[in-house]
Amino acid sequence: MKSPDTPAPVVTSGRDVTSGRDATSGREATSGRDLRLDLFRGLALWLIFLDHIPSNLVAWVTIRNYGFSDATEIFVFVSGYTAAFVYGKEMRERGFVVAGARILRRAWQIYVAHVFLFAIYLAEISYVAVSFENPLYAEEMNILDFLKQPDVTIIQALLLKFKPSNMDVLPLYIVLLLLFPPILWLLQVRATLALGASVLLYVLTWEFNWNLPSYPSGHWYFNPFAWQLLFVFGAWCALGGAQRLSGVLRSRVTLAIAVAYLAFAFVISLSWYLPGMSQYIPSAVEEVIYPIDKVNLDVLRFAHFLALAVVTLQFVPRDARFLQTRWAWPLVVCGQHSLEIFCLGVFLSFAAHFAMVEISGSIWLQFLVSALGILVMVAAAGLITWYKRLEGRSPGSRPRKMPDADLAGGGA
Amino acid sequence: MKAQVKPRRKPRTMAGGMATAIRSAVAAALALSLAGTAALAEPFSCDIPGYLLVGGNDLKHVAEVVKNDHKLTIAVVGTGSSALAGPDGPPSAYPARLQAALKQKLPSVAVKVVTLVRTRLSADDLAKGMDKLLVDEKPDLVIWQSGTVDAMRRVEPDDFRAALEEGVETLQKAGVDVILMNMQYSPRTETMIALGPYADTMRVVAQQREVPLFDRLAIMRYWSDVGAFDLYAAGRDNVLAHRVHDCIGRGIASMIIDAAHLHGLSNKVSQ
Repeated sequence: MKSPDTPAPVVTSGRDVTSGRDATSGREATSGRDLRLDLFRGLALWLIFLDHIPSNLVAWVTIRNYGFSDATEIFVFVSGYTAAFVYGKEMRERGFVVAGARILRRAWQIYVAHVFLFAIYLAEISYVAVSFENPLYAEEMNILDFLKQPDVTIIQALLLKFKPSNMDVLPLYIVLLLLFPPILWLLQVRATLALGASVLLYVLTWEFNWNLPSYPSGHWYFNPFAWQLLFVFGAWCALGGAQRLSGVLRSRVTLAIAVAYLAFAFVISLSWYLPGMSQYIPSAVEEVIYPIDKVNLDVLRFAHFLALAVVTLQFVPRDARFLQTRWAWPLVVCGQHSLEIFCLGVFLSFAAHFAMVEISGSIWLQFLVSALGILVMVAAAGLITWYKRLEGRSPGSRPRKMPDADLAGGGA
Repeated sequence: MKAQVKPRRKPRTMAGGMATAIRSAVAAALALSLAGTAALAEPFSCDIPGYLLVGGNDLKHVAEVVKNDHKLTIAVVGTGSSALAGPDGPPSAYPARLQAALKQKLPSVAVKVVTLVRTRLSADDLAKGMDKLLVDEKPDLVIWQSGTVDAMRRVEPDDFRAALEEGVETLQKAGVDVILMNMQYSPRTETMIALGPYADTMRVVAQQREVPLFDRLAIMRYWSDVGAFDLYAAGRDNVLAHRVHDCIGRGIASMIIDAAHLHGLSNKVSQ
């Protein structure tokens, strides 16, 4: 964990704390920050950026093409984990009110970030509205209808009901964080009960189709009542759940099941891209698995994430050397400033698409903008780390015991 | 303003005004040469690779009615992207081009294509009109173009799926064949309209209801990738729109002939 009084590079501080953990016994929650979390959240940020650039060949490397779950699952889980890790400590040390207030402040920061992204979206769509008049796409231009009544749309956007595409994740986070203080409290008092309540809410959501309304129609693309399961599960793992599960997680049988499930998901996902493959998938199987519902976090997606996590835990142990090296640093540092880097990533994916439309859609440019985007994300994350260090040293900075909010669950 | 005729290969690999100038020059040269050789026909290849057309689902009713009655009535149900604006719009839009292509390929069959195209209607709106369509037009085959409006309004994918299923079921119960057609590939609006979930839903419904899917999205993307069309063009380019619709119409005609196994009847005309 990085705190203002250890202005050393993040990687180093992570190692120090990690090695300190072994001395303290018992719950992981009370000990050092697991760099794997930052690594995989950083990875999720990169993948989300690549996936958000339309028609990007580079996005073929992202995990959504090889199974049911995608970067969103990693992101929500890790964010739940880190939120519980940071704010849980806060709640134990300084009480419910202080921790709750900080969680709500984080939700506010994310709201502001969302409005900022919406402004960028408005700029982009207004530009397209003026410049684009290809008669082939007269129908698609109806997407600009909302510009005709900004009085309604902008207010709906501020109410988080009108959400342009690719801008659904932050609103999900805001809701998850708003609900988080009581859940975090319950997780600390009765962890199993809290997890049970989360599962119950998930089941009831599926049963009764609960969701929040959207404008102009429909519901939230990431249903908070369903996706909370992954967030709370992440939090539960952070507060000792992972420890309790470790026997199951390390067993050969679990690994075998996970690998088999990943293979199954891989075969199914092949049938989406290889025409002709789908006739080899028995229709009985199709009947059962489809539709794989992203809105309500389909059980198949959740299971796919779990399987990925099980396999990952086997191959990337907590003290893996790799995590400390400079090769892991670009991912780790992005994962440590998730909110800023997520917003930057959404902006960069707009910009990359803009470059592809205005300059060239050639494959070289796709590689170039993908690589440049990731480079900018890493550079920005490095810069933010540098700023934080400056602030940590400067007089009148925050008290030492405050954990760094950026390491907490926000982020997108 | 972009030129109206594009070179066929790699239309978008150069930047800036220089590229525009070169492209305009090439375009002008091409336009001249085309004007001189119009009789040679097929200046633009918009072939569709087999893997994008073969679905494995047959059009049984169409096969029967064509073989027994030598007639085929097709209704195109859809929204804005099934039509073109302007006085020369209707004859240039893909339903009219489909009719022309089928008449050419199946000279012994009385082909009629009627259109029920209404802008800004969701799949649910259109599904509710299917009963009336069956009575009014008595089609043998319905080509249902859908997805764009629902994606723009971000209709719940579940509701979209239910609407599609309802519509397809109505038609299938009446013994009518169905082809589903998904959205256009529109590179400039890709960041604004998330087509993915809706395209997936249409693929799933087509698979489960065993109807062919004319994957307009993938086909147009293919054309864009191989440089058959510059779909990024921003200007008022009616020629481009007409060409694309012509190619779509011919593509659907090929799909119908394949899926109803009408090769025996068809004129051997290329594509």
